[in-house]
Amino acid sequence: MDYSENNDLSLYIHVPFCASKCLYCDFLSFSDKNAYFEDYKKAVINEIKSFTNKQKYKVNTIFIGGGTPSLMSENFICDILECIYNNFHITNNAEITIETNPVTVDKKKANCFKKAGINRVSIGLQAWQNHILKIIGRIHTRDQFLECFNIMRNAGFDNINIDIMFSLPKQSENDWEETVENILVLEPEHVSAYSLIIEEKTPFYKLYEENKLDVVSDDIDRNMYEFVKKKLKENGYIHYEISNFAKNGFECRHNIVYWKRKEYAGFGLGAHSFINGKRYSNTINIDEYIKFNYIAETEKIGLRDSYAEFMFLGLRMIEGIERKSFKNEFGIDIDNVYKNEIEKNIKNGLLTDKNGVIKLTNKGIDLSNVVFAEFL
Amino acid sequence: MSLSRQEKIRNFSIIAHIDHGKSTLADRMIQKSGLLTEREMQEQVLDNMELERERGITIKAQAVRLVYKNSDDEEYILNLIDTPGHVDFNYEVSRSLAACDGAVLVVDAAQGVEAQTLANVYLALDNELEVIPVINKIDLPSAEPERVKDEIEDIIGLDAQNAPLISAKADINIDEVFEKVIKEIPSPKGDETAPLKALIFDSFYDAYKGVIVFMRIFDGTVKKGTKIKFMATEKEFETVEVGFFGPGRFIPCDELKAGEVGYLTASIKNVSDTRIGDTVTEAQRPTENALSGYKKVNPMVYCGIFPADGAKYQDLRDALEKLQLNDASLQFEPETSVALGFGFRCGFLGLLHLEIVQERLEREYNLDLVTTAPSVIYKIYMTNGDMINLSNPSDMPDPSVILKMEEPVVSAEIILPSDYIGTVMELCQQRRGEYIGMDYLEQTRAVLKYNLPLNEIIYDFFDVLKSRTRGYASFDYELKGYQEAKLVKLDMLVNREVVDALSFIVHEQNAADRGRKMAEKLKKEIPRHLFEIPIQAAIGNKIIARETVSAMRKDVLAKCYGGDITRKRKLLEKQKEGKKRMRQIGSVEVPQSAFMSVLKLDDE
Repeated sequence: MDYSENNDLSLYIHVPFCASKCLYCDFLSFSDKNAYFEDYKKAVINEIKSFTNKQKYKVNTIFIGGGTPSLMSENFICDILECIYNNFHITNNAEITIETNPVTVDKKKANCFKKAGINRVSIGLQAWQNHILKIIGRIHTRDQFLECFNIMRNAGFDNINIDIMFSLPKQSENDWEETVENILVLEPEHVSAYSLIIEEKTPFYKLYEENKLDVVSDDIDRNMYEFVKKKLKENGYIHYEISNFAKNGFECRHNIVYWKRKEYAGFGLGAHSFINGKRYSNTINIDEYIKFNYIAETEKIGLRDSYAEFMFLGLRMIEGIERKSFKNEFGIDIDNVYKNEIEKNIKNGLLTDKNGVIKLTNKGIDLSNVVFAEFL
Repeated sequence: MSLSRQEKIRNFSIIAHIDHGKSTLADRMIQKSGLLTEREMQEQVLDNMELERERGITIKAQAVRLVYKNSDDEEYILNLIDTPGHVDFNYEVSRSLAACDGAVLVVDAAQGVEAQTLANVYLALDNELEVIPVINKIDLPSAEPERVKDEIEDIIGLDAQNAPLISAKADINIDEVFEKVIKEIPSPKGDETAPLKALIFDSFYDAYKGVIVFMRIFDGTVKKGTKIKFMATEKEFETVEVGFFGPGRFIPCDELKAGEVGYLTASIKNVSDTRIGDTVTEAQRPTENALSGYKKVNPMVYCGIFPADGAKYQDLRDALEKLQLNDASLQFEPETSVALGFGFRCGFLGLLHLEIVQERLEREYNLDLVTTAPSVIYKIYMTNGDMINLSNPSDMPDPSVILKMEEPVVSAEIILPSDYIGTVMELCQQRRGEYIGMDYLEQTRAVLKYNLPLNEIIYDFFDVLKSRTRGYASFDYELKGYQEAKLVKLDMLVNREVVDALSFIVHEQNAADRGRKMAEKLKKEIPRHLFEIPIQAAIGNKIIARETVSAMRKDVLAKCYGGDITRKRKLLEKQKEGKKRMRQIGSVEVPQSAFMSVLKLDDE
């Protein structure tokens, strides 16, 4: 193993606690396990410490996600960060993000996060209208979101993401336009705009099965997507990934690590890692986790799957995949693997192949799963 | 004075409507007869197929021998022969009853006499059986034994004043049933020295012993080594084993004599050699006349059965062959469909039979199936004088060479509460029914008689009837004959290509409506593609209905699921897998479920 070279690494910390579960959410998170906070923190800290070959890496991004990390006390977050700082080499301009929810953060907490080195916050708003927030099971109002945003700005955060969602039940095109227009007034550096996916094992799924959920048609969904793309572009945002928009230089570096198949280590319940061509996933059983039994599954990604991952992750980036990057990664020409698939998708108007770059067309973005499935 | 051997035998069956407690009473009688300990007692000993238990009905007739000591301390042998409980198996029921000398009629003390009960009571009376009414479930709060007694007398014409009032479930008055059976059902009076004359009432294939033949010996004796002959099939065999039916198992014995009920094995490989209703006799010394009532049963309903995965064709063949070992009325032959590939055209006694076979194939043989719309057999008279029996719509000749077509018609009886007469008459009218008459059974119940084309009831008639009458109607039919009808073949086109597996034959006047509904259904089933897909219904070259599946606008995963790339990959793999399982019609991928969904064209 080569210790002289510092490999790039990103870190993800999972905080699986929420004040209450949103009705569409299938992420690994609990609203009834507050008694675990202390044991959980200890287990995460121990997991970070026991990570092998730490000296081999330099860490460029850290992402504290959840769940609702901002629900936790200042100490909880700071102790974990401190442990990371003590154990890893962190680069000077590292991007350190925390996910937050309105209501869970006050001025003191925000200042504390800032002081602990966090330099990017992501705030979940989802919708501008209080009645829609209620329908989707959010615990905050629009005003509480605004208060949260201001607290963050005042604490000195100059890289803020706002999460918004479209195709929500009872959400009209008007509602969506209002949401987009209102967040633009705040001038966030980054916007994530997700189309609602009705995931199995969520309350929404159950309602959907019972025909009790007002589902937005695909046609309206695409109108909403077109609107947000157009509006954000007009306001100087770059559409850099299917669901993500940023002011120049504020693209989320952590997420790009995922799309570009770079290495990352995940700590916490159900967290995922990708190191040395292997994907690891942690246990999703919190009682096991706090007993320091971390890893549940290890999967060596074979060559065929590696090609596929490279394609379906890379193509999520609007800039597309450079032919030469495929060759750099695998030492083989992309046409030797995917000539037919690329041609078929070009014929269907879903891909373009120009100047050594393969990327999704607008129609290809809308139908990206159709394209991706071809590369498996 | 001691009784003779035959005087101590009673052969009987239990007749009941589907949930009036036949199996419970049988269980209770088995338990009371002392042959079985509590521990051995399965919940329902007679219904030993898993499928039957779930449906709550009995498919194959079986029998059990009970030993009962009555109040005079005399030990009797009571052979209880079970009967299937559905109109599809009418013939089997009649043969089971023919093996008996009497029947216990179980009537629910709350529900009273139901249509199905009636049909079987008539069968029993046709077979000249002594029928003993028994009123069950008298422990229910809603029990009205006096009303039910009157009903039995009014509707069936049986004296019910002394009918035992029992609860099989709560074990009330079961001994009275035994006493009645012994007292009122005549004992057999066969001649055990005469040539063998035995009635086959069931048979099934056992992997070790070959076909096991269930029979009632009317005359003569059979034992190991007896050379036997089946009179209808003229097949001869040498008896290997005889025995009787213990609860849940076979008990071999030395010989079976006149009056007894039991089984024989003779290294018989093919269940179709041992037809239900056939007479078993001695090869060397045959009886002069076979028992009357035998008939060869013919399928009434046909459909195509295809493996969802084409590679499972051989597995499907093996499974059908195995089912056929035990089910001589199941027929099949290879069929090829452009849309569905290689499969089989299968013939069934009726819709329930079809459903049971389909479920058994899926459940017991783990096969994923695609079934095409059921069809009946049409008679097609050609201009050149030929006549064709058509069971597969795809084989229909060009209309220009057809002189006329005939379709099978059944005479149907629907017994229902009078409140629903209007809505059911309307249903029968929609289904081209010919009104024959109506009788009131009592003030609130009537029997409606219609002649109905069979092809109008093989789709969803039962379901619609049930929903229109909230389950209160019962339905019985038998084939009446063929009559001329203006029939056309309706084709479905997906993206302008005919899908042969979806073609069906329909009356001219219903074609447009059926075509429209089919197109609507298909529209719902076929997923959006990258391009627009027209779905059309056509008769010949004439398009009679059209729907459009508009082009797909969205298929995208918005979220990234943290770093869980494996999950994303699996989702995409599932999507790809799903595509593989679809049927390719030209450039359109049609899910298997589309072929099935068009079978259910709800009226409501």
